[in-house]
Amino acid sequence: MTAPVTTAPVSPAPLIEIEDLSIGFTSRSGATLPILRNIDLTINEGETVGLVGESGSGKSTLALAMMGYLKGGLRVLNGATSFRDRNTFELSTQELEQIRGGELALIPQNAGQSLTPTLRIGAQIGEALKLHSRIEEADCPARVIELLSQVRLPDPEQLVERYPHELSGGQQQRVAIAMALAGEPDALLLDEPTTGLDVTTQAHVLELLRDLAANTGTAMVYVSHDLGAIARVSDRIVVMYAGEIVLEGNSRQVLRTPVHPYARGLLASIPKLADARLPVAMDGRPPSPGGTGAGCAFADRCALAEARCRAEQPLLQKAQGGQTVRCHLQEEVAHLAMPASATAERTSIPDRTPSVLDLDDVAISYARPGLLDQILGRQSNATPTVDNISIAIRKGETIGLIGESGSGKSTILKAIAGLLPTKNGKITFGSNEALHSNVDKRSNDQLRRIQLIFQNPDDSLNPRHTIAEILAQPLRLYFGLTGDDLRARSEELLERVRLGAHYLERLPSQLSGGEKQRVAVARAFAADPELVLCDEVTSALDVSVQAAVLELLKQLQEDQGTTYLFVSHDLAVVRALADRVAVLYQGRLCEIGPAERVYALPSHPYTEVLLGAVLEPDPDTAPVLTAEDVVELSPVANGCSFQRRCPRRLGAICDSTTPPLQSDDKGHAIRCHIPREELLALQSQDHAQGDATSPRLTQPGL
Amino acid sequence: MTSLSDTAVAGQKPLLVRAAVVIGDIVSRPSGLIGFGLVVLHIFLAIASPFFVPYDYKEVSAQLMLQAPSAEHWFGTDHLGRDIFTRTLLGGREALMVTAIATPIAVTWGGFLGVLFGLLGGRFDDVLMRVVDAFLSLPWILVMLLAVVIFGSSSQVLIPTLGFFYGIPVIRIARAATHDVVARDFVVAARARGQRKMTIIGRELLPNVLDVLMVEGAMRWSWMLLAFSSLSFLGFGVSPPTPDWGLMISDSRGFMSFAPWAALAPVVGLSSLIIGINLTADALAKAMGIDRAQKAPL
Repeated sequence: MTAPVTTAPVSPAPLIEIEDLSIGFTSRSGATLPILRNIDLTINEGETVGLVGESGSGKSTLALAMMGYLKGGLRVLNGATSFRDRNTFELSTQELEQIRGGELALIPQNAGQSLTPTLRIGAQIGEALKLHSRIEEADCPARVIELLSQVRLPDPEQLVERYPHELSGGQQQRVAIAMALAGEPDALLLDEPTTGLDVTTQAHVLELLRDLAANTGTAMVYVSHDLGAIARVSDRIVVMYAGEIVLEGNSRQVLRTPVHPYARGLLASIPKLADARLPVAMDGRPPSPGGTGAGCAFADRCALAEARCRAEQPLLQKAQGGQTVRCHLQEEVAHLAMPASATAERTSIPDRTPSVLDLDDVAISYARPGLLDQILGRQSNATPTVDNISIAIRKGETIGLIGESGSGKSTILKAIAGLLPTKNGKITFGSNEALHSNVDKRSNDQLRRIQLIFQNPDDSLNPRHTIAEILAQPLRLYFGLTGDDLRARSEELLERVRLGAHYLERLPSQLSGGEKQRVAVARAFAADPELVLCDEVTSALDVSVQAAVLELLKQLQEDQGTTYLFVSHDLAVVRALADRVAVLYQGRLCEIGPAERVYALPSHPYTEVLLGAVLEPDPDTAPVLTAEDVVELSPVANGCSFQRRCPRRLGAICDSTTPPLQSDDKGHAIRCHIPREELLALQSQDHAQGDATSPRLTQPGL
Repeated sequence: MTSLSDTAVAGQKPLLVRAAVVIGDIVSRPSGLIGFGLVVLHIFLAIASPFFVPYDYKEVSAQLMLQAPSAEHWFGTDHLGRDIFTRTLLGGREALMVTAIATPIAVTWGGFLGVLFGLLGGRFDDVLMRVVDAFLSLPWILVMLLAVVIFGSSSQVLIPTLGFFYGIPVIRIARAATHDVVARDFVVAARARGQRKMTIIGRELLPNVLDVLMVEGAMRWSWMLLAFSSLSFLGFGVSPPTPDWGLMISDSRGFMSFAPWAALAPVVGLSSLIIGINLTADALAKAMGIDRAQKAPL
């Protein structure tokens, strides 16, 4: 018999099969509420499948069910899952232990919490090897090092001696991946493995996972809310909504021409680097478990919904391009154009506009002088966390502050709000009103004119206060409103953020994430502020909700002429909202200028790295990874802040001399030793060599 | 959802309404219902039992010594021929009265200092917490015995002593809770808004710390009951012939082998009350959204 030489498509063997699976829980009123409803899904050997959906869509529950695990209180209502033809929910604990970690490994979201803090890295991986592989005890150390090299960790020989807390988030995630690979699994379940990592780290980890899948032939189930990440690693995408699979198909089809209206809405709500307009928000919110009626779960939010959609539950059916979809109107959906943003291009704010706030050479230091220094009256000479920040914020503009974690962007906001003392420099409000660096020393009027909105509304709204009380606090404090006036103004504010007056008596816990953030926005606007400091205000929200909150912020700005200082790690979100952008690295300004200039060439090398690492829900773009994703512990004392990671490093001059701020006539400035023209030439050249079709960077404008 | 409408704008719900909501939540859980029922039963017995007990609790009879349970004496009689059913019903009154007053004292002063230390922070907090640690390291039973020996065992002595000692661990809990809340963004938001310090403490901080303190108070109450009964058991608490569970267990210790009912009845009385309080505290923690299982005390 001769072996077939051609690589004829062998029909792939199914690895994980899920049949008509429903999982639910019993509510305290005794009703059975489903979390997953009638899921049918097959994962084949060597296949990478992305499970995407917003929070509450049941994607994590489904992934955990694949390994026979249910979170507390959940039970299987119907159907079964099997792994290699063994029914997972009927296996004994011992049999499950064999499969889990061995044939089927999980990589959790937060690797920092899944590693044992008291065990050295080598020992943790060694333990996984002992449990799930048949290698000899003596071969373990070599295999550990091999695994660590496989996940591209530098110096694996030294790393085995380290403890988890000595590693960065990205390195911890790589260790978690190495542990999962220890048992040479047939399939990896990845539950939001890059959420919470910095953009550059995320891009590196995803590239690693892609390569691993290609080289080892391991099947992967990748769970995420982030279509950009999913697009990068998946052959096939499964879109979930309200506990159901609504769309399934190969990545290209799902991302380019999705035939389900929800998938279309989801794609349209993602901000894109190349598009300076606001993404399109989706109305409404997903139904709560058990809250779906007889019809389609998405009907209430669907623009196309007709009587049939509300009366009759659609079944999964075949659609164009091999997609499987749960929609009555899929044929009509397929012929619709993708929703496009209706907002106009922004009109730029003239340079002459007076500034609302001037930061002049501001430095902030967290280091407190030690006891001895205090006695001797010496100043701490540690390198400040934030240094040499000069930004003039003009009236009515939105200025975006971009940087990875530890870049000092939130620190700057806190200093402006008077919550952190500045070590050096001045903050001037309005034309020439010096702002005291301590909030207690500011006048009531100054306090009123600057307001803050926080990242996580769960934390920024007092859980014991009703919405009425939350809104009343600034209204009483700044305007002395009481009684009917207070109520009328509160209702007006809720209307403005598109929530009704009936929200007044509710507690934050009775609201969805997006609604809570709207309340937080309403509270900030209750003060009738001139400058609103937005600290990652959309990063805790689902994409569709994020789009709606961005739209709201934009609307409020148009109505009231408010100025925003908008801090975010997400370059695409900043692109959608900001007029001007400042890029921070380790508390030092790298680049500042009009958004269209910062996002175009020439860029500061750090901006270039950041832009290259952005993931977009587009099967044809690949991130450009130029710099290492290593951590740096503290900012450098001398020279350029980016010297240690810079892919365009010149040499000793970068270590010794602070680079000059090179400005052009349009107010775009880059802090780099490489002359602008040379940067432009270098970057355009690399750009042309890379993928010429990539739309990620707009053409250089001179 | 309970109907919470028609309250004045920006006003907190009336205390009674909030209490009713919390109690409703407690009794909607099976363990909470049992626990809360036991606590209510014990409080009812402590108040009302003198009016319906079948016998006089101090009526001694040489003929009726250590009789087994019967139709006349449901739980039998003790070594002095007194009716155990009567004495068990009455036996929790002193313990409940003393601890019900001492618990709020402990929670109030411990909570006040804990919040204060938590807010002040820094060196002040460092030094004072070491003092608290020093107090926590004392064997409390010995110190309490000392106090009782010096000042006597009247409730005027026991209430402040228990209130003092059981307030010390509360300092730690209140301080930790304060630290947690102060770091949260809604407090930062209030500071950035320029709210007055007292407003921040009263409106933002205390409502969140008080929940923790209430659950902590319920836990302290059950510990205090056990401490009170231990003192009585050792002969330093309630003096005879007043009926008390600790004292009854101590008295019947010698006859345990042939008259177990004499010890069993007060044990059931004491443990049912403590279990009831513990179950209620757990349900209370869940109702208030602070799960005791997740946060180990001390």
